[in-house]
Amino acid sequence: MRWACILLPQLALDAVLRTREDPLQPLVLVQGPVQRRLVQAVNPAARELGIRRGQTLTAARALSDDFVCVEHDPEHVQYWQTFLAAWAYRFSSHVSLDYPRALLVEVQSSLGLFGPWPRFEQRLRRELTELGFSHRIAVAPNALAARVLVNVADGLAVDELQLPDYLRELPVSRSGFAPEAANALARMGLRKLHQVLALPRASLARRFPRSLLDHLDTLQGLHPLALGAYQPPDDFAGRVEFNFEVESIASLLFPLRRLTGDLAVFLAGRDCGVQRFVLLLEHREGEPTQVPVGLLSAEREPGMLFELARGRLEAVQLRAPVQAFAVRAQELPRFVPAAGELFVERPQQSLAWEQLRERLRARLGDDAVQGLALCADHRPEQAWSAQPQAGAAQLDEPPRPGWLLAEPQPLDDLFPRILCGPERIESGWWDGGDVRRDYYLVETRDGRRAWAFHAAGGAGPMWVHGWFA
Amino acid sequence: MGSVVALDSLLQQRRVWRGRQEVPPAKLQPTGHAVLDAALPSGGWHAAALNEILLPAAGSGELQLLWPTLARLTAEDERVVLVAPPAIPFAPAWAQARVALPRLSIIQASGSDALWAAEQCLRSGSCGAVLCWPERTDDRALRRLQVAAETGDTLAFVLRPQREAINASPAALRLLLELRPNQLRVLKCRGGLAPSHALALGH
Repeated sequence: MRWACILLPQLALDAVLRTREDPLQPLVLVQGPVQRRLVQAVNPAARELGIRRGQTLTAARALSDDFVCVEHDPEHVQYWQTFLAAWAYRFSSHVSLDYPRALLVEVQSSLGLFGPWPRFEQRLRRELTELGFSHRIAVAPNALAARVLVNVADGLAVDELQLPDYLRELPVSRSGFAPEAANALARMGLRKLHQVLALPRASLARRFPRSLLDHLDTLQGLHPLALGAYQPPDDFAGRVEFNFEVESIASLLFPLRRLTGDLAVFLAGRDCGVQRFVLLLEHREGEPTQVPVGLLSAEREPGMLFELARGRLEAVQLRAPVQAFAVRAQELPRFVPAAGELFVERPQQSLAWEQLRERLRARLGDDAVQGLALCADHRPEQAWSAQPQAGAAQLDEPPRPGWLLAEPQPLDDLFPRILCGPERIESGWWDGGDVRRDYYLVETRDGRRAWAFHAAGGAGPMWVHGWFA
Repeated sequence: MGSVVALDSLLQQRRVWRGRQEVPPAKLQPTGHAVLDAALPSGGWHAAALNEILLPAAGSGELQLLWPTLARLTAEDERVVLVAPPAIPFAPAWAQARVALPRLSIIQASGSDALWAAEQCLRSGSCGAVLCWPERTDDRALRRLQVAAETGDTLAFVLRPQREAINASPAALRLLLELRPNQLRVLKCRGGLAPSHALALGH
């Protein structure tokens, strides 16, 4: 087993920053009761202003007024840790959330697919940076050692033989002991872990609670550590809350890009696609506006999800300012990647037909893109369909016109030149769509050839039903 | 005038106009009508360009002209898209003309949406041919379609009323269909002189 620990040192701040269009703007997270609000985290721009963690908001306001203040929400942090676990689930079947602000990922069994480790690590770092989370990563033969080593150095990769040497040099204060135990050890003059390890076990057991020895053993890999395994949920919900009211769709596009990107990351982790998802625009009052996005086949490509959602969103008329924006996806069918050709005949082909069709449907409406199919029926109105029909064979008929008019039009020719006919079409008495007509091939005055009919047997007015184009 | 300038360098600097543009060797897109193929310098439709067909009215023989090409393309498993056709394509007739119906898509749109849809289809490069019946077109819209056809390397057809013949067009090929007698004139073809006489296709 080999465990990677991904430590997220400023998870709360990153989670807020990534939903902002301008991450360089000074921003602080505050927490605490209204009377005494304490600064919980600051971004580098706010630090330049002199604002530090632990100050009261009043003190910070006294230093500068030019920063954005966001309420720190522990649930929000929890949500993002779970989200990142969903992301990491793509790389390993065993992801644990047992430690706060950290992910423990079993990587040994994934090395065959993503390895060797330096390349795997590079990929993890790149994706985390793209998602907007700062991170530290360390690898060790056991999970606890990985969690402790990431405290002291970023990018460590330690195997079984090196582990004792690294552990010996570890400062006691950063070895993950309970605070009172760490304090007691420090007061005893023990600075490094090898000094603690050199003490007789019996005396340690007498002076300290049992957990200390357990901790030491687990750290060295002598005791196994049971870790919870993350199970990805069956649906996705992402939400961005604004601390101002958004009145135009254009300002929703940046959060939309983030949310659809998150959805794509989630889908990649679960190896599934999405066929239907809903955009929720929450207002101050009343029900949120729902914008459903439906696709014909399961997809998960982030750019495409964004384009489609954008197409639907831009058609929406906002009835009130938006306070929060959410994406929900509940049906997550299996994703079957489209088979690509090895030799593409047309190298410029940038967009597959399926994606193009979705884009057209997103802007023109669900029914805008139709197919054409034959139906085995002699009545012209029933002889074709916009949906694919199974097993309809072509009937043996005289030539038919290329264009069929949706509504027959009167033939404005008193003495038409009849080229062919009549052909009687009489059918449909059983389903109520009874048709009894005599069809003729007629040449009109301007030289076009029309497919015209009048009621069977009679000599009523002629109607044009199609054109032989 | 003392110095001798090599012809090659002048040509490379593009300071001499050569009178006739070099036609890039494009994919051959035969129309399926021997008379028309023989008359056109490109030996058929202009691939990756806009081909314009001007009609007196819908139903003037445009499908007889296009069906052989569409049948060939759909048989080659290429997708053919009809954008805003003037009437319902009557499936039995299209099947009689050997067009593979499953490869055919129809987009119902109007006005500027139709032009947008046609441009998207052309630009994507996933279609073998795109046929568009725009309601109103100006030079700019046609130019966009022309550029989209080049970008996506797709055969594009635009079908417009006869009265547009007097206006200039950026299309690479312009054909005018006439009804009485049933014939066809080539108004413009890129890369050569348009034949001056009318061609009878004969149905």
